[in-house]
Amino acid sequence: MTEMTKPRPKFLTLYQIRLPVAGIVSILHRVSGAGLFLLLPLLIYTLQVSLDPQPAAVATFQSIKGNFFVQFLLFGLCWAYLHHFCAGIRYLLLDLHIGIEKSGSRKSAMIVFAVSLSLTLLVALKFLGVM
Amino acid sequence: MKRIVVGAHYGLKDWLAQRVTAVVMAVFTIFMIAAIAGGAVSSADAWRGFMAHRLVQIVSFLFAVSLFYHAWIGVRDIWMDYVKPPGLRLTLHVLTALALIGYAGWTVQILWRL
Repeated sequence: MTEMTKPRPKFLTLYQIRLPVAGIVSILHRVSGAGLFLLLPLLIYTLQVSLDPQPAAVATFQSIKGNFFVQFLLFGLCWAYLHHFCAGIRYLLLDLHIGIEKSGSRKSAMIVFAVSLSLTLLVALKFLGVM
Repeated sequence: MKRIVVGAHYGLKDWLAQRVTAVVMAVFTIFMIAAIAGGAVSSADAWRGFMAHRLVQIVSFLFAVSLFYHAWIGVRDIWMDYVKPPGLRLTLHVLTALALIGYAGWTVQILWRL
């Protein structure tokens, strides 16, 4: 392995390192993916209860839907899905060599934040009946 | 240069599978947004009726399989990046795979019970 890699320059002054916006999109892509994986049981269970016509299940679904903590989790998961979705499309475009220049890459990273955060807000407001 | 063998296919298969499953899920997501905009969740009965369509069940199944395969690649990559002791890493890989296979069975049961 040592023959294959040249020594890399190191700059590890942590309080001076500024992660570029594309780097923030990248780490949040991983964080959102991990979060979605960890909460998969909640999502599958919610799907199950939402499709069950028995009165007990309907009541369970209503109480899940109305639970403040669950709502908080669901909005978080909604953001995670939307961030992972938007950032994922950005990566697919980068794979096709679209937007690989520094300025284009920076712009698309900011678009990922703008789209995912505003859609999350929209979904949350819709869910809470504000809109 | 001396090649260092790190595994079959050097990860190309997984790299491709991660992208193919991503595209399947993205298409399904757009499909579901359109369905919801068209009233698929306007009531509990509408939602059950929508999900009971054979075609919807099949595309939902394809989404679920894509999701679990995609999650397997992604979560395994996370373990490989941060967990170095081989025994612990193997344990986490096995637990992840078992969880995802279990979720797949659970999802199939939910979809085909309708």
